[in-house]
Amino acid sequence: MFHLILFLFFGAICVAGAVNLLVQSHPINSALSLIVVMASLAAEYLLLGAEFVAAVQVIVYAGAIMVLFLITIMLLNAGKEERTKGSRVATVLGIPGVMIAAVLVLWTLVGRSSTTHLVSIGALWGAPKDIARLLFHDFLLPFEVTSILILIAIMGAVVLASRPEAIARPHHSSRTPEETRELAAAGLAETGKDR
Amino acid sequence: MSAPHGHTLSITTFIIISIIKSVAVVGVLLTAVAYSVWLERKVSAHIQNRWGPTRVGPFGLLQPLADGVKFIFKEDLTQPHVYKPLYIAAPIIAVVFAITSISVIPFGNWVDVGPWGTYLQITDLNIGLLVVLGITSMGVYGVALAGWSSNNKYSLLGGLRASAQMISYEVSLGLSLVPILIKSGSLSLRDIVDAQRHLHWNVFYVPMGTLAFFIYLISAYAETNRTPFDLPEAESELVAGYHTEYSAMKFAMFFMAEYANMVTVACLATLLFFGGWLGPVFGPPILQMILPVVWFCLKVFFFMFLYVWVRWTLPRFRYDQLMAFGWKVLLPLSVANIVVTALIVAWRA
Repeated sequence: MFHLILFLFFGAICVAGAVNLLVQSHPINSALSLIVVMASLAAEYLLLGAEFVAAVQVIVYAGAIMVLFLITIMLLNAGKEERTKGSRVATVLGIPGVMIAAVLVLWTLVGRSSTTHLVSIGALWGAPKDIARLLFHDFLLPFEVTSILILIAIMGAVVLASRPEAIARPHHSSRTPEETRELAAAGLAETGKDR
Repeated sequence: MSAPHGHTLSITTFIIISIIKSVAVVGVLLTAVAYSVWLERKVSAHIQNRWGPTRVGPFGLLQPLADGVKFIFKEDLTQPHVYKPLYIAAPIIAVVFAITSISVIPFGNWVDVGPWGTYLQITDLNIGLLVVLGITSMGVYGVALAGWSSNNKYSLLGGLRASAQMISYEVSLGLSLVPILIKSGSLSLRDIVDAQRHLHWNVFYVPMGTLAFFIYLISAYAETNRTPFDLPEAESELVAGYHTEYSAMKFAMFFMAEYANMVTVACLATLLFFGGWLGPVFGPPILQMILPVVWFCLKVFFFMFLYVWVRWTLPRFRYDQLMAFGWKVLLPLSVANIVVTALIVAWRA
């Protein structure tokens, strides 16, 4: 009973954070709302019994990825967004789309309620050992493929972010790594200056 | 001393015991924080051939109280150019997460109090270590938001530096602990300590445990923004970094958060590498209950002293050195350490 109340409470916080994310006009506030969504999702996982997933959700999403979001917003010094009247496409396609999605979800929930049963709170298992067995034994190939995909993405990001002359002439680059690093530090300083 | 497993408490007793434990632990933590500040001032003074606080109480022991009163009565300035909601929220976020992370730290064995018994720990989760890491990773927001909401270039730079540094070193900090987890086979801090009985402390697990300990120690210094990694508040270049615009109690909250984080990190080092509360236990039952806590506190004190000692001995890194060291030295080392430990454990199995 106590768990159910907590579950509903965090669910409400999650939805409120998601709505606030869209309503807020300042990027920092939106990013903070997203953190609230992530953290309350973690609380939901914890209540369902998936402790490991909850901890990873906090460490990876709420703790690391959102900090990068925040740093980017702070570095770009993004100001308030201007409100527009919205595009016609969004009105024409968006509203029916949302309605169709809502009807589908409701139809699934109501229509299948006899065949599916509710997951009781705390019934999910998520012990580190079980997850490790799944990850490194049963689903080893998908795991490795995903890690290679991520590696490719990282390399792509490095290539896109580096200066073109550094790629063309790796050995005769006009800047030594030390100089590039100093420039990066100076770039950081300039962003601070115009505040 | 055996823990009666499967023994259930009524919900009221459980809540009452939990509240008592929480209040006691937070009280002890805040006192420890206040006296770490005293320790820092005293040790730094002796390192620099001065006396440090001597006027308030014997050896200046009441200085933390005087400081507290001073913080409360100081004028709380809020600059007109700050973004108020976040400016107020930032120190609260910092201090709340710093204090919360103590909740899964075990600091002693099972104790019997009248008809009930309890572990000396607020709560024992089987993912305790991950909870501490998760909560400390959330603490970054306090610093980052303080820097941004102050609307001041020094604060912003301090906040950016702090968050970049904390993310970078969090990676090697987390990875440095994996060999310990492989060795003990559990994420529960209590199990990790129990696996180190009979002086099989992880730090003596040469060379993997020792290497992991040093990587952890260095990353922990960077995580808590302490010298030689105190770039976020480098006073010679950034005035005071992210807390430049803060005064009175709001500043004190950042101060408390910093020292509470130090205590947490010292507790983790003790638990993971130095056998936690394990140590010689003898004498009557009451002494047997107290001695583990004494050993734990002594080990934590050693790490707190080391923190202060390092701060007043080593100069500060340059920012690019800090980043290069984190990503190019500590990270590969900790990954290699994981691979070697895993191979050895698999080979022995």
